[in-house]
Amino acid sequence: MLILTCPYCGVRCDETELAPGGEAHLKRFGPGSSDEEFEDYLFMRANPNGVHFERWRHVYGCGKWFHAARNTVTLEVYGTYSAQVHAPPQEIRDAVSNRVPGWHWKDES
Amino acid sequence: MGHYSALAIAREAFRDHRGWQRAWKSPEPRRRYDVVIVGAGGHGLATAYHLGKNHGITNVAILERGWLGGGNTGRNTTIIRSNYLQDASAAIYEKARSLYETLSQDLNYNVMFSPRGVMMLAQTEHEVRGYRRTAHANALQGVETEFIEPRRVKELCPIIEIRGPRYPVLGALWQPRGGTARHDAVAWGYARRCSAMGMDIIQKCEVTGIRTSGGEVRGVVTTRGDIDCGKLGIVVAGHSGHLAEMAGFRLPVESVALQALVSEPVKPCMDVVVMANTVHGYMSQSDKGEMVIGGGADGFINYTQRGSFSHIEETVRALVETFPMISRLKMLRHWGGIVDMTGDRSPILSRTPVGNLFINCGWGTGGFKAIPGSGWGFAELMAKGESPLCADLGLNRFREGRFIDESVAAGVAH
Amino acid sequence: MALEGRIVSRRLPKGGRLIDRSRPLGFSFNGKEMRGYAGDTLASALLAKGQVLVGRSFKYHRPRGVVTSGSEEPNALVGLGRDGSFEPNVRATTTELFEGLEARSQNHWPSLEYDVGAISSMLSRFLPSGFYYKTFLWPRAFWKHVYEPAIRLSAGLGRPPRRRDADHYEHFNVTVDVLVIGGGISGISAASAAAETGADVLLVEQASTWGGRAPIDGVRIDGLGAEEWTGSTLKSLQSLPNVRMRTRTSGVGIHDHGYVLLHERLTDHAPDHSVPRHRLWKVRAGQIVAATGAIERPLSFPGNDRPGCMLASAVRDYVVNYGVAPGERTVIVTNNDDAYRTALTLREAGLGVPAILDARQEATGPLATAARDAGLTVRPGCGIVDIVGRDRVERVQVCSQDGDGEVIDEIHADCVAMSGGWSPAAHLWCHAGGKLSWNDEAAHFAPDPARPPTGADGVAMMQAAGSATGAMHAGAVLESAHAAGVAAGQALGNGRGRKHGRVPEGEDEAHHPMEPVWLVPARAPYAKRAKSWLDFQNDVKVSDIELAAREGYESVEHVKRYTTLGMATDQGKLSNINGLAILSRELGVPIEEVGTTTFRPPYVPVTMGAIAGEARGELFQPVRKTPIHEWHDANGAHWEPVGHWRRPYAYTRHGESVHDAVAREVLATRSGVGLLDASTLGKLVVKGPDAARFLDMLYTNMMSTLKPGKCRYGLMCSENGFLIDDGVVARLDDDTWLCHTTSGGADRIHASMEEWLQTEWWDWKAYVANVTEQFAQIGVAGPRARDVLNELGPSMDLGKEALPFMAWTDGALGNIPVRVFRISFSGELSFEIAAPAGQGRALWDRLFEAGKSFGITPYGTEALHVMRAEKGFIMIGDETDGTVIPQDLGLHWAISKGKDDFLGKRAQEREHMADPLRWRLVGLETLDGSVLPDGAYAADEGVNANGQRRTQGRVTSTYHSPTLGRGIAMGLVERGPDRMGEILEFSVIDGEPIRARIVSPVFHDPEGEKQNA
Repeated sequence: MLILTCPYCGVRCDETELAPGGEAHLKRFGPGSSDEEFEDYLFMRANPNGVHFERWRHVYGCGKWFHAARNTVTLEVYGTYSAQVHAPPQEIRDAVSNRVPGWHWKDES
Repeated sequence: MGHYSALAIAREAFRDHRGWQRAWKSPEPRRRYDVVIVGAGGHGLATAYHLGKNHGITNVAILERGWLGGGNTGRNTTIIRSNYLQDASAAIYEKARSLYETLSQDLNYNVMFSPRGVMMLAQTEHEVRGYRRTAHANALQGVETEFIEPRRVKELCPIIEIRGPRYPVLGALWQPRGGTARHDAVAWGYARRCSAMGMDIIQKCEVTGIRTSGGEVRGVVTTRGDIDCGKLGIVVAGHSGHLAEMAGFRLPVESVALQALVSEPVKPCMDVVVMANTVHGYMSQSDKGEMVIGGGADGFINYTQRGSFSHIEETVRALVETFPMISRLKMLRHWGGIVDMTGDRSPILSRTPVGNLFINCGWGTGGFKAIPGSGWGFAELMAKGESPLCADLGLNRFREGRFIDESVAAGVAH
Repeated sequence: MALEGRIVSRRLPKGGRLIDRSRPLGFSFNGKEMRGYAGDTLASALLAKGQVLVGRSFKYHRPRGVVTSGSEEPNALVGLGRDGSFEPNVRATTTELFEGLEARSQNHWPSLEYDVGAISSMLSRFLPSGFYYKTFLWPRAFWKHVYEPAIRLSAGLGRPPRRRDADHYEHFNVTVDVLVIGGGISGISAASAAAETGADVLLVEQASTWGGRAPIDGVRIDGLGAEEWTGSTLKSLQSLPNVRMRTRTSGVGIHDHGYVLLHERLTDHAPDHSVPRHRLWKVRAGQIVAATGAIERPLSFPGNDRPGCMLASAVRDYVVNYGVAPGERTVIVTNNDDAYRTALTLREAGLGVPAILDARQEATGPLATAARDAGLTVRPGCGIVDIVGRDRVERVQVCSQDGDGEVIDEIHADCVAMSGGWSPAAHLWCHAGGKLSWNDEAAHFAPDPARPPTGADGVAMMQAAGSATGAMHAGAVLESAHAAGVAAGQALGNGRGRKHGRVPEGEDEAHHPMEPVWLVPARAPYAKRAKSWLDFQNDVKVSDIELAAREGYESVEHVKRYTTLGMATDQGKLSNINGLAILSRELGVPIEEVGTTTFRPPYVPVTMGAIAGEARGELFQPVRKTPIHEWHDANGAHWEPVGHWRRPYAYTRHGESVHDAVAREVLATRSGVGLLDASTLGKLVVKGPDAARFLDMLYTNMMSTLKPGKCRYGLMCSENGFLIDDGVVARLDDDTWLCHTTSGGADRIHASMEEWLQTEWWDWKAYVANVTEQFAQIGVAGPRARDVLNELGPSMDLGKEALPFMAWTDGALGNIPVRVFRISFSGELSFEIAAPAGQGRALWDRLFEAGKSFGITPYGTEALHVMRAEKGFIMIGDETDGTVIPQDLGLHWAISKGKDDFLGKRAQEREHMADPLRWRLVGLETLDGSVLPDGAYAADEGVNANGQRRTQGRVTSTYHSPTLGRGIAMGLVERGPDRMGEILEFSVIDGEPIRARIVSPVFHDPEGEKQNA
């Protein structure tokens, strides 16, 4: 039974107040994209054993979508942040790196 | 391997059961096999069994990170049914169900397949129509089902409350030849036969890498050394994505927790399996007397084999409403498994971008009932390169939009 | 029955710290009236009456007696109460006695004393672990019809309840800083320490009394007796504002992120149906302290399952707590010093202790010395090789522990107090991922503080305290408990820098080291190992574990599943460690490598009703009601659940069938005027400078070109291309649209709009409000519809020119402010009138009144569906099922060609979506005028590669059309629209196929003259 802090209203939300929304930071592909890009966007998922960036909605609360960085094995939550970004902000990346040595965001080498 | 029978038990009884042989050997891995299967769960073992039995391929190793049958095979609610709507699903589940009927005899191991009947309650007009449609489809698919009226539901399962104030029972889809089996025994029985055919089941052997060259699989790297193979089958359910990554491709799969629970054992009070999808719960009674209960899956990735209690609560609430007498029974134990959910919630039995590497995954919440059919089809796919049972279950369907959707919820919205 | 009538356990003339001899209570067991005292458990009251035999085991139906005094009891399970209060499998050891309690023993026929099932005990050599996997194979049909029914009948424990539960239950949601589970001296001490840091503390204890074992064991704390210390410490805790305490409350499950379930039993000790029976506490704890104590292990010696063999600690408990002598002559068998306390206690109570058999070669600790000083016989290096007696212990055969079981002595005794050492109750620690480590010295698994369960922040969320850590002496117990309490408080940022109170000082006797003894005698032959029980309820013996290991079931999980060890109602509390040790011995690997099975919640079984809570019957789910709900209810509505709503399916009149009512409603609407409550229809307002752009992305059609004052029918697809909802969109002004959705779709579509706006197009200035429940909506349809509205003195012109089809206007009807839409789902002249929800019922009543002279007829959802089908309008959920794209339904006209992008557009370009062989919408007309079966398939020639009959189409909607007087249907057919006039055969289960012609789906008024009127 997870607890995630909604970055909009500041409430520490019980899981029952939230609706999960799958992997975060997917890039939308529309008309003009290749079959492969479109398939990737709709269906292919990271599904990692470990650090995962994912979408949640504070559905029985302020109604806002937000993002969480969470470990799928230990269930540790490294932080939550705005859904209105294309990649995790630096402080979230730092929070993950501090706890998971050697981890880096997929766009960083 | 000794033959199991009442006579063998009597014989052993008089020599203190000293004569029983190992059900399966515990060999050291060899350097090379024609086929390596990763994952000694029900699906992996059934695949190996049918490779040997149907295709004469017995130079096979089945590698298991933990202990055989220790994943979802031993964690499910053991329901066996094939009353699916779409042809591709009905074909493989019905194949499985029919193989279950003779599995105990085929394996010489009592898997206790109990064709006690499965009913899926219709509690909205929408469900009534959906199940009537399924019954029509099943008739043409060769799956014996019928839509039954509430009175018949009550006759078959007297402990159901059919006049609940919120969701009265309006009928049910009834599959008289569905039922349950003893889940562990399915894995053990297959393992025993595979071992007897000369296959190597290697437990506590984790695959840490997949070796390829020229776009073809060459072998695996394991915690017990490198093993070469002609063909490789990955049958690891929730961990499929991890293995696929080793081979350099991705899967349309997410791993989430699915939970189940049992009550304390009581004398027989329920002779059928009941599924109530509107309220999210299903229940049967094991031969031990426990009420075996399952419900919905969590919606987020979780590798802990634990789920959220809110789902247990929701399931128990639904079942207390449907079966009021269970209110004073006690929950003895609840647990979780990691299920691999695909984009259309139907399984993947497929070739992959890597030559001679095949994958069987994505059974989600429905894998146990499919084990013999999945093994049959996947063995054929691995042996011959194609199988009618697997033809529509390939990975390419997500690119082409050729989904096999058993529910209204299609794909992932975003 | 050799022992019939002989009293072998009894109430002592004095003693019993928990009972009140001035308050006798009557109860019955198997119909026999008995008396006990307030403070008794059912088990102590039964023992006080000499009732040693209390049940039968699961597999062999062997006679069973009380083994423990707590929640780990595997044997003394009874059926309690009757009718709606009946509960099976109730542990007598934790059931507090009350006046009128009725208990019955279980799993026997015809009676507890004479059980036919006990024959399986004589056949036990044929029934080793896993025997059922090896037989019952032939003949095949016998499993279903003969073997399985027989096995099922002999299995199971108690009878299932037959009546509806007479009690009710409730839930509590609680947030605390520190939750301390366990109200022994450790829990109390930890709670005090945590409270001192300033944290909010909740302290719970599963029993009805505080203090745990310490008062029984003679522990002294800070110079006081444990009972006295407990009393005074509790008193000071009670005075603190930041401490709450509850007895009869078990910690049953630790879940992730500090979520803990507590199960409180409010009235089990004093039944009262007027208040909740149990309460399920859902606690969010910052830190959890597990002060759950330890559980004594039995010893595995031959015959250890005979009634009269009990845990040494339990024997002590019955004497000290309840003044009950479990036997006159008790043999102690042990591998540790703690059991000597039992010997001394028995001696003090004037009961016989013929021998203390100590498996150790040396027993020289203070307790052993005290025993010798008290004149007791201590026999080091000895064990038990058999118990003589049938339904209870009569004689004990003594052997040398390191031998093969030669009988060196025989002792008359009626009770055996056994102790194999203690295992910390680490279950809760493990529920959410905490790990254990093996302690060789104490021979137990204990919580590993380096690998605790972690919370949302990734650090420890739990502390173990007291004997739950493996500490076995009062001093160390209190020290660890105090430290745990302080650590828990400080982990939450409380009390840092504050001076902490003193650690209470505990005193008890030092112990000589225990010695792991897993089999008595050490070299017991097979016949003896086959009589040494590990799991008393499931009848798992030492030989069963050995057999499993030999057969290759080597993993601890395999052994558990193959033998059923630890799968009984005590979930292995007594048997697991002993079983692991046997497995470790058989495999030749250390016990820590064998490992344990997974500890799963709940710690003790939890009543299903308590989990379900209040949400039963009418409260199971709230019913959503429109403002006009009560009118429908009073006027013959036949209800249909639609999502959480209830809608009238039809309104039946006296003696009328539902089918006839539907026909009447359709005909009345088509010929006169009908009235529909359409309030459940989803109503979403989309507003803002980018609203037009947003709606162009959501709908397949172009919404930005819609003129204010006009309406347009729109389709919504998922990003995966499938049709998910439809409805009429009205443009209210330049930057405001009102989107109607299906009744079931309102919340889903609203959520989807929010999702796209918040997570993809977050810089677009568009805003959504779900106003579904703010407005009632009433449909007035039929040729006389306009006449009815005009009766109410409309403030606006409702004429054909002023308000043409697909236009809307604001105004007032009968002085009620309304918005009138000229839209039609029935194909008739139709007005949908929205009014503020609070005036919905008034509007309905006025319309109904005004329509009376026109024969106005309220109609339900089924008439609505029939009329839309007659017009060939699709219905989401009927023509669509999540696999259908708009193109399949001939809705190309509603898919914009001019837009670069909309949700679903890219998906619909995929190969399979453009397949010319897709099934597409047509009308279907049976040749004989009958109604096609719903969901029927049109078979094609031949079978596919899997032997399934090929199909070429299916029925999606099918009705008897009262208007046409015949069956009409819509369906999806392969290349359907290209095959007009062809005849298909629809299969009927168990019947002749029905032939139907492919026709246009529009059966009624194809030119639309009526709706445009």
